[in-house]
Amino acid sequence: MTPLQPKPSSIDWITLLLYFIFITIGLLSVYASVYVESKPMIWDTSMNYGKQLIWIFISVFIGLLILLIDEKFFYAFAYPIYGITIFLLLLVLAIGTTVKGSSSWIEIGGFRMQPAEFAKFGTALALAKYLSGYNKNFEKKRRDQYISAAIILAPMAIILLQNETGSTLVFFSFIFVLYREGLPGWILFAGLVLGVLAILALLVPAMYIMIGLAVVALVFLLMVRRTKSLVLITMGMLLFAGVLVNSIDYVFQNVLQAHQRTRINVLLGKEVDIKGAGYNVQQSKIAIGSGGFWGKGFLQGTQNKFRFVPEQSTDFIFCTIGEEYGFVGSVIFIALYVYLLYRLLMMAERQRLKFNRIYGYSVVSILFFHFLINVGMTLGLMPVIGIPLPFFSYGGSALLSFTVLLFIFIRLDANRVNELKSF
Amino acid sequence: MDKAFKQHTLLIIFIVVAFIYICRLFYLQIIDDSYFLSAQNNVLQEQTIYPARGLVYDRNGELLVYNDAIYDLSVMPEQVKDLDTLAFCKVLNITKEDFIKKFERLKHQKGYAPWKPCVFERQITIPTYAAFQERLFDFQGFFVEVRTDRKYKHNNAAHVMGYIGEVTDKDIEKSDGYYRMGDFIGISGVERTYEKELGGKKGTRYVLVDSKSRSQGRYKNGEFDTPAVAGKNINLSIDYRLQQLGEDLLTNKTGSVVALEPKTGEILALVSSPSYNPNLLIGRDRGKKYMELLRDPMKPLFNRTLAAPYPPGSIFKILMSLTGQQENVLTPNTAYGCHHGYMFVGCHPHGSPLPLRPAIAVSCNAYFCQVYRSIVNNPKYKHAEDAYNQFYKHISSFGMGSKLGVDLYGEGSGFLPKATFYDKIYGRYRWQATTTISLGIGQGELGITPLQMANATATVANRGYYIVPHIVRRIEGKRNPNTLYQTKHWTTIDTAYFPVVIEGMQDVIEHGTAYVARIPGISIAGKTGTAQNPHGKDHSIFFAFAPVENPKIAIAVVIENAGFGATWAAPIASLMIEQYLTGKHDTRKDLKERMIKGNLNHRNDTTATQTQ
Repeated sequence: MTPLQPKPSSIDWITLLLYFIFITIGLLSVYASVYVESKPMIWDTSMNYGKQLIWIFISVFIGLLILLIDEKFFYAFAYPIYGITIFLLLLVLAIGTTVKGSSSWIEIGGFRMQPAEFAKFGTALALAKYLSGYNKNFEKKRRDQYISAAIILAPMAIILLQNETGSTLVFFSFIFVLYREGLPGWILFAGLVLGVLAILALLVPAMYIMIGLAVVALVFLLMVRRTKSLVLITMGMLLFAGVLVNSIDYVFQNVLQAHQRTRINVLLGKEVDIKGAGYNVQQSKIAIGSGGFWGKGFLQGTQNKFRFVPEQSTDFIFCTIGEEYGFVGSVIFIALYVYLLYRLLMMAERQRLKFNRIYGYSVVSILFFHFLINVGMTLGLMPVIGIPLPFFSYGGSALLSFTVLLFIFIRLDANRVNELKSF
Repeated sequence: MDKAFKQHTLLIIFIVVAFIYICRLFYLQIIDDSYFLSAQNNVLQEQTIYPARGLVYDRNGELLVYNDAIYDLSVMPEQVKDLDTLAFCKVLNITKEDFIKKFERLKHQKGYAPWKPCVFERQITIPTYAAFQERLFDFQGFFVEVRTDRKYKHNNAAHVMGYIGEVTDKDIEKSDGYYRMGDFIGISGVERTYEKELGGKKGTRYVLVDSKSRSQGRYKNGEFDTPAVAGKNINLSIDYRLQQLGEDLLTNKTGSVVALEPKTGEILALVSSPSYNPNLLIGRDRGKKYMELLRDPMKPLFNRTLAAPYPPGSIFKILMSLTGQQENVLTPNTAYGCHHGYMFVGCHPHGSPLPLRPAIAVSCNAYFCQVYRSIVNNPKYKHAEDAYNQFYKHISSFGMGSKLGVDLYGEGSGFLPKATFYDKIYGRYRWQATTTISLGIGQGELGITPLQMANATATVANRGYYIVPHIVRRIEGKRNPNTLYQTKHWTTIDTAYFPVVIEGMQDVIEHGTAYVARIPGISIAGKTGTAQNPHGKDHSIFFAFAPVENPKIAIAVVIENAGFGATWAAPIASLMIEQYLTGKHDTRKDLKERMIKGNLNHRNDTTATQTQ
């Protein structure tokens, strides 16, 4: 079934190579985005790039350690690891430090970490272990479906309480995993449509949406062979959508408080906040646009030099790539990223163990979700949700957690030849 | 759904997303060149607009504090390029070494970042500003920011007005990023307590400048700008003329005057001497001048009115008279004999025995020792401690022994000993009235601030209540919104006990110890005090209110090391009462002259810090 014939017990070197390419470009981009002439040394730890370099060393070291661990460890300790990440999340609620309005940080010594990042692979392991368990069937058994949902929703709820909307949304990426494991396709589709409708409802007056949907329904009915039941279903769906759109509008206007409304409006780009979302995107688009075809070259970006783009080393790191390496560099970047995702997808599909496959799918889904939102946000195509670009953005917890997430999968994959014997 | 399709769904999504993103990149980077242009040519500069601080007036609308423009030379370190250092230094009139040193110092400031503007040279002179402005284009990265500093129209009331100065690191931290290095903040006086009202709100302006620092206009037509909000104007409750007279009268003396309007708690005058000229603490030399004042042995920066505790001396007998009546151990007819004192407390010659009213008028020490004894040794209570707690309750209800809550920084609580204080010294149940007898005449451990003395007078004037003294009357034309300054605080003394005491206080002026304070046509009630002072000559103390029927002013005067209350404090209070009530202050020219000229400071090293 798999297009790639596994070599005997080996690490997937291409993935590893891509990882190293990414963290290198990432470091250079962080360097370029916070570069000051007076501190040109990349290992200057008073600057973000020096700190990032330390984090790279730590991450690579831990990544290599993971490759040395017996693969059965991850299966055996999936639940304890999940438990620890949940515990850390709760701990943050109790003793967390607030940084930029979100209280999702734990501070130990001078080090800050964000347990929400680690909850991602914790949840992936727990979900994989649960669904690969004896006699589990996600497609058929209600109970298995509920418990799977609970495993995903528990960390989401806690992270939402920490006021960390971005990280909460990342957990929606598990819907791809569930889809692969038997969730009907229409749910995925319906979820997508509902999401789009909800956002539209806040952006456009409900009237226009209804007219639009009515037109779509009409066209649909004209194009297909009309049976009585199909017409009824279509009408029913249209009615449902109408109720949904209006109720979202109602909840937004009457139930939410003013500051929550503002936050959502800023998120959607309806309100402009000088230090906030709208401004960032505007500046980000200017930075990327100014890159032109070939880009301005390394360290030549005027936009980033004058700190037009806030958060450029973290959430808006793609600006640096867009500005300094231009269209060519950006396309290469996107191609490489999608290639990594493709590679991981193929690796997941070639697993014979359900545990490995589900975990692999989780990795792909999480990375893809980050890529989709983060790059889309800098291009002005997605709402501004503060989540990092894996392996590129400045930030220790994020880099470490993505490394662990990826390397566990590389380790699991490396063993696929022996797995019949070992389990 | 078919499994093979499911395996490839994600892949399809990946490709679709990649395609959309590449199209978008193609549009942003290649087709639409408006983004390209806006990034290439212009640089965005964030400029801070400083609001004017609110003006300060006195209660009659006399302007006291206003603003003066100053020019700060700021720099955006990252934008400094090809600087002609020599020319630059010449304009600023500094040496090259200075220049290098200044730049180094900037880099080590907290919160320094090359892309953040910071002040290079503070408050440059107007000629320098003009010279600099001419050559601005040669000095890329530098620009001038206009701010305002304070100016004081008169050289008085320094302690009330306070002063502003640069924010500290702590202020910056506390303000959540609002204050920036070098911003001004109120440090003492009204400037500090009303920083929020006076300070206004800074604004931001985004300006596009080209690579030569030439302005290219507002960014996006000012869509992202926020206007500065000017500070609110404030009316103090101070009567400027009264304040000035008070300061004149205290020339070359150490002491305090606090005058209140009893019905409202408004402070009419707040004089602490020695004081300083508020115009010293402005401009470039603020720091230097401040250090000079700080080192002055006369402590001109110390606000005595709010924080200096004195034993109140005989003025405390007024509170004793009230407390005794309230505790039912004293009636207006109670008479005690005086044989030149009580135990070891001496007394001066006067008629004997006397009932309450004349005892107040002649300020008999023996009488009030007896009153104190009868309060603390009240047989109603099992222990002296319990009776003393009653005494403590009554006295503290006048606001003694704790901060009143005045809207000025640096208020002290004074000291009113609790029963536990004596328990610690003598042991529980091991002390009684005679052990602490000196409290009865306002001596001993008592420490009362001039503000608390004035507040006590106001309380007597109001026959039993006070409103917390405050200095700000109106904010932007509206009444001070703080409800603390509108609430009546009732004492634990019944209103019925006040009249006889007030009559006694009137006698003090009419034919008692403070005859000197008498003003024909104005009924005054007062009491002198002479506080023993272990460090030197007695403090001269006096408090009074007038007119008795409808009190408009309550005043407390403390002159350190000046002897009897009647010698200095009482005449000064009298002159000020006259000025406030009649607007006249020269009906008794000789007295006034004598008060102003009296030099009670025996040290001669205070010339620089005197108000005159």
